[in-house]
Amino acid sequence: MEKTEDKNQQQEEEQVVNPWEVSAKDGGKIDYDKLIDKFGCQRLDQSFVDRVQRLTSRPPHVFLRRGVFFAHRDFNDILDAYERGEKFYLYTGRGPSSEALHLGHLIPFMFTKYLQDAFKVPLVIQLTDDEKCMWKNLSVEECQRLARENAKDIIACGFDISKTFIFSDFDYVGGAFYKNMVKVAKCVTYNKVVGIFGFTGEDHIGKVSFPPVQAVPSFPSSFPHLFSGKDNLRCLIPCAIDQDPYFRMTRDVAPRIGYHKPALIESLFFPALQGENGKMSASDPNSAIYVTDSAKDIKYKVNKHAFTGGQESIEKHRQLGANLEIDIPIKYLNFFLEDDAELEHIKKEYGAGRMLTGEVKKRLTEVLTELVERHRRARAAVTDEMVDAFMAVRPLPNMFD
Amino acid sequence: MGYSKDQLLARLKELQIEFSQYEHPVVLTVEAQAKYVGNIGGALSKNLFLKDKKHRYYVVSALADTKVDLKVLSQRLGLGKGGLRMAPEEALGEILQVPLGCVTPFAVVNESARALIFSFVFFEDMSHYCWIKDSKLRSVAFFHPLANDMSISLNDHGLDKFLKSIGRNPSYIDLEANPPVGKDQPPDLAAYVPSDSPVLSDLPEKVPSSQDSAGKSVGAATKTSAFTAKAAKPSVNAQNVKEKSVDSARPSIPAVDAGKFIEELLDRASALLLSEISEDSIKQHGGQLGAEVANNVKKCLREDLKNLTIFKNTSYTKGFYASTRYQPRRL
Repeated sequence: MEKTEDKNQQQEEEQVVNPWEVSAKDGGKIDYDKLIDKFGCQRLDQSFVDRVQRLTSRPPHVFLRRGVFFAHRDFNDILDAYERGEKFYLYTGRGPSSEALHLGHLIPFMFTKYLQDAFKVPLVIQLTDDEKCMWKNLSVEECQRLARENAKDIIACGFDISKTFIFSDFDYVGGAFYKNMVKVAKCVTYNKVVGIFGFTGEDHIGKVSFPPVQAVPSFPSSFPHLFSGKDNLRCLIPCAIDQDPYFRMTRDVAPRIGYHKPALIESLFFPALQGENGKMSASDPNSAIYVTDSAKDIKYKVNKHAFTGGQESIEKHRQLGANLEIDIPIKYLNFFLEDDAELEHIKKEYGAGRMLTGEVKKRLTEVLTELVERHRRARAAVTDEMVDAFMAVRPLPNMFD
Repeated sequence: MGYSKDQLLARLKELQIEFSQYEHPVVLTVEAQAKYVGNIGGALSKNLFLKDKKHRYYVVSALADTKVDLKVLSQRLGLGKGGLRMAPEEALGEILQVPLGCVTPFAVVNESARALIFSFVFFEDMSHYCWIKDSKLRSVAFFHPLANDMSISLNDHGLDKFLKSIGRNPSYIDLEANPPVGKDQPPDLAAYVPSDSPVLSDLPEKVPSSQDSAGKSVGAATKTSAFTAKAAKPSVNAQNVKEKSVDSARPSIPAVDAGKFIEELLDRASALLLSEISEDSIKQHGGQLGAEVANNVKKCLREDLKNLTIFKNTSYTKGFYASTRYQPRRL
């Protein structure tokens, strides 16, 4: 008994993962197995990937094949219902705290777009401008402006306007949405919310009352203009695993107010350029690749700042091979290089020491430049009218087509 | 064809913009213009037609006695030190559709001008417009109304009104200012320069005929001998379009023009096809060349075809916008 208690306490000190802080135990990397254990979600194994391929009749997304989206809650229920002909809708979001988006921010959106296309289902995207106003102490106007700017980058990921509704909290909260917020709020005690999110007596009441805002988009009745009459519609939430606490709370509340529990599909964290232990921060532009970076910037950042697992000298490298566990270019290629065969080849050659770090970095630079370029071109085609149209409270008659 | 002087004057009257017109013999320079209208109250404008390295055009309007330093302006726009040059004379006729000596902000009314990116630069410091106007342009200034044998004077409000009516938002800067541009001080006018190079629709498309015929024979993909014959014709353009450079010739995302979208996709497809088929690849794949090429082309084009979603989104948006201005049928 005592031993397990001690062990638990040690675990508490080790890694911290919640919506506002992610850090591994001193100098190490995030232990995802422990995280799954602690949070109580399930691993997404190969059988799921195969099932998705079967149900959607198209190759599964690179993020599924490579285990980037690696954990879930009730994804099998969603797939079972889908097989029976029952559709679902997608819900994801962004906290618009800054104008500059980096590749890590795009990952859930890239995956969500794939899910929208593959399963042919509608999507709601929440921009939590109120959350950022409260946590980052930005002005209301600034947060609203950032929300619109971020919306443009999100739209550039290629969402279908006839199936997508983007909304900002400041604009949309009210009506049926607010009614659900109150229903949820009534089911969560102050102690509970402190336990989940770690609020203290010093935190202002805005923070304490925020969680329902992020919870209720999981319930279709929050969007009467979209899903009226479809109270039974299920919801699937693709997100990074640090958002799990919000939805643990939501899943706890859902049956008590008569709704389906939302399902989740969760991703790994995107590592900073300097390595797993580094932090991607807005103040250090060299810690991440931004969607506004030029080809020159990307080349510079990959060459000068990417942390590699190559050895110190060519001879040593040829002898020992690269350490793939810590090599950032390999990790990034794992996220973004579509061709499975090519990635395997690179890993094999690099790990054996036959391929040099320079070559791997060169390939990575090509892949990232192509990605960023494509995003930039798409973003240039997004107009303010398009943002208005995406954010308009309007019906989506073809959302399941 | 271009707007004529009379059409412009009629339009100004329609918009109820106050102006005075003065006829005089044809003038080609500001000094000559000054001889005829210099005594009447009002400032003379000098108008420069400039171009940068990425084929973007700018019309700079300033008071005749304001010093416009092209090097400084170029830096402030983020184009580097030598980024701006005087545009060639042909461009005057082709794009602005005005005769020599007649550069004027009114020329933006022409479709050919609108296709290219313009900035108008005057001198006033009212930062919520996106034109640059002269703070001294308080009263009236003289401009050519698309012809050199007349000058019209109007005030800045009138000019604003006209520009807004053709969908151009005015902006104001101080042309004589020379702020330092460096690592920590980004060019202050860079926001006025669009990030993409424009697609030059009026430049003659030099598509070699062999590319067209190769495109048409896509259907007959199985006969490798047919391909050998076509590939043997060394069309310079086709040869130069190798795998790498094909990426740089990516079609821009056309907002609503379906025809243009399709043409660009077909061009890209045929370029890809030609780059795939070479002596080496024929030797390597022999009879299987068809399947191999088809796969590679599919892979490369799949990404471009995703632009179709953007096309759809843009069309939906325009429809949505139109519906918000919908006037219900009068009963």
